[in-house]
Amino acid sequence: MGKLLKPIKDVGIVGYGAYVPMYRIKNEEIGRVWGVSSFPIREKSVPGLDEDAITIGIEAARNALKRARIDPRLIRALWFGTESKPYAVKPSATVIAEAIGATPDLDAADFEFACKAGTEALQAAIGFVGSGMAEYAMAIGADTSQGRPGDHLEFTASAGGAAYLLGPKGSDTLAYFEASYSYVTDTPDFWRRQHEHYPRHGNRFTGEPAYFHQIISAAKTLMEEMDYTPDDFDYAVFHQPNVKFPLTAAKILGIPKEKVIPGLLTGFIGNTYSGATLVGVSAVLDVAKPGDRILWVSFGSGAGSDAFSLVVQDAIEEKRDLAPKTMDYVNRKRYIDYALYAKARRKYIL
Amino acid sequence: MGKPMQVARHWRHFREKYALIGGKCENGHIFFPYRSVCPVCGSRNVKEYELNGKGKVISWTIVRNPPSGFEYYRPYPLALIQLEEGPVVLAQLTDVDPEEIHEGMEVEMVTRKLREFDEDGIILYGYKFRPVLK
Amino acid sequence: MTIEKPVIIGVGMIPVGEHWKLSLRDIAVEALLNAMDDAGVERVDSLYVGNMISGSFIEQENLGALIADWAGLGNVPAVKVEAACASGGAAVQEGAKAVMAGLEDVVAVVGVEKMTDAWPSDATRYLAYAADADWELFHGASFVALNALIMRHYMNTYGYTEEDLALFAVNAHANGAKNPYAMFKGPIKVETVLKSPYIADPLKLFDASPVCDGAAAVIITTQEKAKELGVPREKWVEVAGMGRAIDTINLANREDLLTLKAAKIAADRAYRMAGVEAKEVNFFEVHDAFTVMAALSLEALGVAKKGEGAKLAREGQIAVDANYPIQTMGGLKSRGHPVGATGVYQTVEAVLQLRGEAPEGIQVPNAEVGLTQNIGGTGSNITVNVFRRV
Repeated sequence: MGKLLKPIKDVGIVGYGAYVPMYRIKNEEIGRVWGVSSFPIREKSVPGLDEDAITIGIEAARNALKRARIDPRLIRALWFGTESKPYAVKPSATVIAEAIGATPDLDAADFEFACKAGTEALQAAIGFVGSGMAEYAMAIGADTSQGRPGDHLEFTASAGGAAYLLGPKGSDTLAYFEASYSYVTDTPDFWRRQHEHYPRHGNRFTGEPAYFHQIISAAKTLMEEMDYTPDDFDYAVFHQPNVKFPLTAAKILGIPKEKVIPGLLTGFIGNTYSGATLVGVSAVLDVAKPGDRILWVSFGSGAGSDAFSLVVQDAIEEKRDLAPKTMDYVNRKRYIDYALYAKARRKYIL
Repeated sequence: MGKPMQVARHWRHFREKYALIGGKCENGHIFFPYRSVCPVCGSRNVKEYELNGKGKVISWTIVRNPPSGFEYYRPYPLALIQLEEGPVVLAQLTDVDPEEIHEGMEVEMVTRKLREFDEDGIILYGYKFRPVLK
Repeated sequence: MTIEKPVIIGVGMIPVGEHWKLSLRDIAVEALLNAMDDAGVERVDSLYVGNMISGSFIEQENLGALIADWAGLGNVPAVKVEAACASGGAAVQEGAKAVMAGLEDVVAVVGVEKMTDAWPSDATRYLAYAADADWELFHGASFVALNALIMRHYMNTYGYTEEDLALFAVNAHANGAKNPYAMFKGPIKVETVLKSPYIADPLKLFDASPVCDGAAAVIITTQEKAKELGVPREKWVEVAGMGRAIDTINLANREDLLTLKAAKIAADRAYRMAGVEAKEVNFFEVHDAFTVMAALSLEALGVAKKGEGAKLAREGQIAVDANYPIQTMGGLKSRGHPVGATGVYQTVEAVLQLRGEAPEGIQVPNAEVGLTQNIGGTGSNITVNVFRRV
């Protein structure tokens, strides 16, 4: 069996959906306040006053259900990965489950693994469905991540999320998982203590020993175990804390930049943390063709990486138009200034 | 601030408020919110009915002096919306500029945060309406 | 109806305003004693208190016992009557009904509200308790915002402007300026209204009545008892007709946003009981808590055709010396709107008008029949009373 994670039954995606809030703040506006003049990206998404990880999760889940076209009461697990839980204790997943009409016959929980909490939920959902424990399970990754004012992560920490409703591979699944692999080590590159408002990070330590080591290890191992080369993949979606890192990772792995661009949204909306690769993959699914193979590699600080090989099926053609496309949300935008942004992100002391 | 959070009072309507669940009587009258006696014909044979969330704005206002608990969100738009199925519902509008709002504007339901009870109280979610996504 | 109509033999009130030094019981007792003195009675048989929301504003309920005790009435029956902002009008009705039923001889009705003790945003919250807590206040709807929804719809439907509705505020202030008990004693212009800040667009500060404190009282009895007490006949005012009706608690469920159905039904009942038609009424103390409500009230009372309430204001027909005098002593806008007390203030003012004792400059000429209308909620609980000179 080796290191690959492969369930007894093949698991596919019955429905997927994303959501990105409409507000944007330009990097140069943040730079204006903090005296910074070079920027990692142009702009990032900002959640509205009435939005949080839960409301983002609800809309993403509803979009996934629109594409899945199944009775929500058939869902037997709803797992929500985030690092901006509205409640430190009280699962966001139960609110989402109630809102989409999935309660009460299901398991629900919140997962945490920094930016890879969403794919954590996905791995668990694959195992749940693939073992035959249940027919349908939903995995969601969403965040409204907080950036420490003036810190360089404030330029990219944004809001968004996506949901994946999994079921047994069949004619109604629009893509299926060939295999997956997870790689973890204890690497404290970025963390937030219990009662702290903002995270801390190790600056350049977050690069080579953290992001790159985890991602490259996971991607290489997955491809080796599956006997695949970069040519076998039509798309590659990497965790995207900025635009540079995923493109560098692709280069190291020998994957051409063109395969990465469609799933790289950070330049438009910032880093949606637990939502990042899930939102990136949803943008790819919005344009991919049946037969396309997607390399999906997340990264979570702490640290680890989940890697998936996903193959698109025929049902994508029919299902993709049943809900708003990810770029519809990306292109829906209104700019706000730092003052309104600070109000929305509750940075004022009241 | 020493005020009761009234958890149970809100919890019992969570399901109806996260989606838009009203009622329909045996004679086909659809109404919102749900109640055990049909407001149109008085029938007591009433079942829950989930509305599709699409509607049009009848009238709107901008709340600049909110009741306590909602101060953080001001100014916010409040509207009466005629749902496709017939009932009228009162709710905030969201994701919209006050200048864009007009009579007849097509809107759709989304679930958003209504308020928090201070930093340590529960968070209330419920229906609001935004301009229909293109 | 063959039951004899009761009469009001005494009235009392305190000026409406911000009474920092006076508590609720202070102002209620003062108004009550003023009314008893005006009637020339030293004791009453029972007390009805009109009040909407003392529990929230000052953490005090059980006002019947509180006020009867503090006024030294003895062990009389006493109770609070609540119908949101129509509590005053409803309390007058309950008192009159007790007299008509022959169960109580001399009844005191006090309307009182103490609003200035609350934090402003809390006061805004409390006033919304007249609306629907779970389906309106839950959404952050203030009471003003709900009325603003009606105002905008009224303007859009009939083509009225903010200037048109401002005329109701101007009329109120023009009359209130001459009423020593009014909270606002300065006349205003349309520009004043238009320049005032929006509370909930398009409703501005001057389209709305103020947060304030007030208390007013009346003494009601039978004509036989009035004679026995030696009250001169010129001071008697008959409670000729009463009507009360509800409508849906929340705005969204109303049949027609622009029809005060409860006011129509209540008015029909009151007119029928009094044996009069709208055109025989000499003045109307309408519930002008918001300018748009004055317009809708005129339509519901049968004074204006549907959609033409604001037209009457535009045509100058609502002044004290015009065809349809309203807000004769300032109305809710200028005299003030201490919510639960308002209906009793309206009653006191109607009595003064019918006695010919209104302040100079705002006496309605030849006043024989007067009407008071009190709206609770956004139109969900409405009382209409018709009074007649004896």
